Amino acid sequence: MAQDLSAWLIFFGALFMFIAALGVARMPDLFTRMHSSTKSATLGVGLIMLGAAFHFGEIGMTMRVIAIIVFVFLTAPVAAHMLGRAAYFAGVPLWEGTLSDALRGHYDRRTHRLISDEKVEENFPEGDIAV
Amino acid sequence: MSLFLTNILLALLWVSLSGNFSPANLLFGYLIGYLALFLSRRAFAPSNYFGVVERLVRFVFFFVWELILANLRVAYEVLTPRHNMHPRVIALPLQARTDFEISALAILISLTPGTLSLDVSADKKVLYIHAMFAEDEEAVRKDIQNNLEARLLAIWRQPPS
Repeated sequence: MAQDLSAWLIFFGALFMFIAALGVARMPDLFTRMHSSTKSATLGVGLIMLGAAFHFGEIGMTMRVIAIIVFVFLTAPVAAHMLGRAAYFAGVPLWEGTLSDALRGHYDRRTHRLISDEKVEENFPEGDIAV
Repeated sequence: MSLFLTNILLALLWVSLSGNFSPANLLFGYLIGYLALFLSRRAFAPSNYFGVVERLVRFVFFFVWELILANLRVAYEVLTPRHNMHPRVIALPLQARTDFEISALAILISLTPGTLSLDVSADKKVLYIHAMFAEDEEAVRKDIQNNLEARLLAIWRQPPS
C-alpha cells in the first residue's frame, strides 16, 4: 500500500520534472521559461520527496523530507524573483505575443529604484543599457 | 501561542503513552490534543489559535488545489504544439502591508504556475507580476486579490472569537 503510493508519487514527480524540462526548451522567452522551470520542478521535487518519505516510513526520513520541501518552496521563488529582475535590467526582450508590460518606464535605471506611481521615462531611454 | 505549545505537548504525551513514535501517530496525537483543547476552549482566555489553525488548514487545501489546476494548465500549454498564452507584466496594488505579508504573498504567487512575482515597488504598495494567461488583465488581478491575497491575510488578521 505505502509502496504503491510511493511509486505513484515518484512517477508523477518525474512526469512534472519532464514537462518542466520540455517547457524550458519550448517556451519562447526567458520569463515564460522560468514559469515552466521553477513551478513544475518545485512540484516535481516535492512529489518525489514525498514518495521517498512513504517508501522509508521513518520519522527521521520524514522530518528530513519536510525540511527539504520547505526549503525548496522557500528558495525557488526567491531565485526566480532575482533572475527575473536581473533579466529585466539586462534588457532581455519579452516575447512578441506579450500583451502589455506594466513595468516599462517604472524603473530608475541608475539607482534601480522601482517607482510605483509616476513614470520615469526620461531616465529610461529605449535600448540604452547602462550598467 | 501557549495553546499551540500545549497542543504540541499533548501530542508528545500521546506518542510517549502509546509508545509508537511514527509521523502518523504524532499527527494523530496532535489532532486528539487539538480536539481536547477545542472542547475545553472556554476554560482559557480568548485566543485566535483555533481560528488560525482552521483557516490555515483550509488555505493549505485551497492552495494545493490551485497549484494542481495551474500546473495542469501550464503542462497543457507546454505539451500542445501552438502557443495559446497571452503573457503580460501586471501591476498588482497590494493590501498586504508588512514585509512578512508581502514576501508570503510574493512566494505564493511565484509558486503558482502561470504567475511569477518580479519586483515590489520601493514604497511597498505595488507588486509587479508576470502572468502567462492574462488575456483579461483585470480578471487576473481580481482573482489574485480576492482569492489568494484575501484568504492569506484573513489567516492571521481576523480577531479572536
